[in-house]
Amino acid sequence: MADAKDRPLSPHLQVWRFHITMFVSIMHRVTGCGLYAGALIGAWWAAALAGGPVTYNNFLGVLGSIPGKVVLFGLTICMFFHLGNGIRHLFFDMGEGFDLKTADFSAWALMGFTAVATLFTWGLAYATGGI
Amino acid sequence: MSGYRTDHSRARGLGSAKHGAGHWIAERVSALALIPLCVWIIFAAVRLSSAGYGDAVNFVSNPINATLIFLLIAVTFWHMHAGVRVVVEDYIQDHLGKIALLILNLFICALGGTLAAFSVLKVAFTNGSF
Repeated sequence: MADAKDRPLSPHLQVWRFHITMFVSIMHRVTGCGLYAGALIGAWWAAALAGGPVTYNNFLGVLGSIPGKVVLFGLTICMFFHLGNGIRHLFFDMGEGFDLKTADFSAWALMGFTAVATLFTWGLAYATGGI
Repeated sequence: MSGYRTDHSRARGLGSAKHGAGHWIAERVSALALIPLCVWIIFAAVRLSSAGYGDAVNFVSNPINATLIFLLIAVTFWHMHAGVRVVVEDYIQDHLGKIALLILNLFICALGGTLAAFSVLKVAFTNGSF
């Protein structure tokens, strides 16, 4: 274990040149960690609701503020990215879509899906008076 | 004493813990379950964003909604524990630091998940016609 500190760190950032599939792979972990915070905000939502109307309105006040909305917007991006890439990875796990062309295409499609789905969700919230 | 041990005896127990496949499969199965649950909760959240306390209580008090939220909480907190556990195992080399973060991850997920589940059940049982 003496030389444990000399071992390269996964995912060996220093030996790969930048590529879209690499970016998407890294972002899967980043968005997953973001959703970790998102799930705790979800638990906070449930606890605030169980606390009664006063605590729930306080919660809505915090999330409805500008910083709250920025966090929620970021979490929406994380959610659709992680959801889309999770499905992409389930295909990888079945041995599908591993060739470079398909993997590149699905990575770009994921970026498009994330953008469209995030804007659609916020557009829907805006249209129904949620924001 | 170790000088008397055979090469085979010394090598035994040094391999994987043989738990990896189970963890890997459970991560995928929970991911599969989270696909419909997340799509559902996103639209529920959009609906609730324009609603007040009473509408949210009514939403959670509906038995089907309460069931789906409860499942979402259970699978989400299990999945995020499994995911961050792998991240910690990959990036943290310091043995004590790794163990401390793994335990912290477990405790945060257990606490958050239990708090969310208990809160949803409390709302569902005290306000609805369950």
